[in-house]
Amino acid sequence: MAEVQNIPVGSTTAGSIAVAAESTVATRMSAPPSFDVADFPVPHGREEEWRFTPLERLRGLHDGTAVATGTGVKVDVQAPEGVTVEAVGRDDARLGRAGTPVDRVAAQAYTSFEAAGVITIPKETVLTEPIRVSVHGEGGVRYGHQHIELGAFAEAVVVIDHTGDAVIAANVEYVLGDGAKLTVVSVQDWDDQAVHVAQHSALIGRDATFKSFVVTFGGDLVRLHPRVTYAGPGGEAELFGLYFTDAGQHQEHRLLVDHNTPHCKSNVVYKGALQGEGAHAVWIGDVLIEAKAEGTDTYEMNRNLVLTDGARVDSVPNLEIETGEIVGAGHASATGRFDDEQLFYLMARGIPADEARRLVVRGFFAELVQQIGVEDIQDRLLAKIDEELEASV
Amino acid sequence: MATLEIHDLHVTVEADNATKEILKGVDLTVKQGETHAIMGPNGSGKSTLAYSLAGHPKYTITGGSVLLDGEDVLEMSVDERARAGLFLAMQYPVEIPGVSVSNFLRTSATAVRGEAPKLRLWVKEVKEAMQRLNMDPAFAERNVNEGFSGGEKKRHEILQLELLKPKIAILDETDSGLDVDALRIVSEGVNRVRETGEVGTLLITHYTRILRYIKPDFVHVFSDGRIAESGGAELADKLENEGYEAYTAKGGVSA
Repeated sequence: MAEVQNIPVGSTTAGSIAVAAESTVATRMSAPPSFDVADFPVPHGREEEWRFTPLERLRGLHDGTAVATGTGVKVDVQAPEGVTVEAVGRDDARLGRAGTPVDRVAAQAYTSFEAAGVITIPKETVLTEPIRVSVHGEGGVRYGHQHIELGAFAEAVVVIDHTGDAVIAANVEYVLGDGAKLTVVSVQDWDDQAVHVAQHSALIGRDATFKSFVVTFGGDLVRLHPRVTYAGPGGEAELFGLYFTDAGQHQEHRLLVDHNTPHCKSNVVYKGALQGEGAHAVWIGDVLIEAKAEGTDTYEMNRNLVLTDGARVDSVPNLEIETGEIVGAGHASATGRFDDEQLFYLMARGIPADEARRLVVRGFFAELVQQIGVEDIQDRLLAKIDEELEASV
Repeated sequence: MATLEIHDLHVTVEADNATKEILKGVDLTVKQGETHAIMGPNGSGKSTLAYSLAGHPKYTITGGSVLLDGEDVLEMSVDERARAGLFLAMQYPVEIPGVSVSNFLRTSATAVRGEAPKLRLWVKEVKEAMQRLNMDPAFAERNVNEGFSGGEKKRHEILQLELLKPKIAILDETDSGLDVDALRIVSEGVNRVRETGEVGTLLITHYTRILRYIKPDFVHVFSDGRIAESGGAELADKLENEGYEAYTAKGGVSA
């Protein structure tokens, strides 16, 4: 059931559970998925999938006017031994298997990339060190594609780190073989001007486990589509997200978990803190349980903490169930605010105002940060949270 | 010896676009080791006194002075007051989502004591204090005041009182909403702190019930924003028998 609490002025939290014969998740998109940008009309902003996004700040990624600069964005991959790192052309048969672009910008990225990066972890290879992908912007415009594939029973941690200033539309695919385990951390730590739009598609093999952390701090506009579907029964997906939306920033996370296979699990937890005038976070959580997906167990949750006036949250969980033969399905969304009474209470116990704020926000994010399991990333996130807070108080 | 001196305190609050004077000249001195009960009818300004002393932003001080050991409390921020040794046990403690009781207590103790308590000793200290208040150890992992019952909230306030060891403790209607068992446990907690002789206690209450457990040295009757009458513990007995009528009807009798 949707649970809604303490909604600050200027925010919306809507939720729905639909029991449908036909998926509305699919039908409320303005065009069916396609690899070709020409199949999508240029959005005007009133479409369901675009209505929260300020199109004028996409810097032309949505209407074909953003031209790739060739330079100005550096992509660097560091991988431990045993991992294959390649650059391939668009005719490579491995590409596009995890998912088809669902909106115009994702299709634009697919249509426009020059070479795709492919990282392969061979079957039964268990990595002890993370693979690190660094995407660093130096003012360029880029369309990209990254494909990450794990063979059967392979295990890996991948950190994709976005920094600097760029206008970028780049999709990421994760293909997990049977019994594979992948943890991926995508950090959007952009400079203030950056625009980043991407679709992250995961295809989870039989009995495979996919754990994703999407961490968004920076950028002028970040809009991500983390999507999961299953290639066989027994798959598990944990989708965790953290965002810290500052004054003027637009950060949008649009998730879909498509339970298209029986006996799979998914757990979605996204948490965001917002502060400052014009901070806008959007969270769309779609979970679809198809008629054939008996034995599904799914839960999704979005929590937002509004630290100051002037920030806005739109949080929309949707759960669509086409079969009753499931283990469990639920969703929750709640937006609360850190208010003067809470500040007074903590200060009345001797805690200075800035530390009180830090305590609350760190506490709010702690359970997610601790689960990342990559120490330098965890430390950096906590430091980043402190830095964000210091900038504000 | 720590002393809180309140002199001719005037306080206003903004309500319905109007400024209303709630405290109209409060004089009171509380010394370490003493317990003062402040009693009075609803709306007499008891809680306003408590929150004004703690520095709640809703209240504006328009006159008078508050000194703690000669230092001007009114010049201090809320957290400075707490670190100087003032403690307010609140009637309605707020929920702090995402912050566990254990994290909160340790952060608070670190701030008030000026250094982080040694972890091993601290864990033991908290555990023992919680046991004395009949609190489940699992309580420490819950978020501050989130989903607490009325009794749990008050016990949590007194737990902080025991751990923070203030010079002056202001207890704002700590007895309200408690059943007899909870009242006894909470009162015992307050008495343990009082028995150290190191705290001056300002016990704000509407009812005389709690005074059977916590014996005051002085009783003050609050009416219309000032102290209308002061006396010893016997004054509470008089209130028990006669109620506040004498004070509300006449709108205040000077002590």
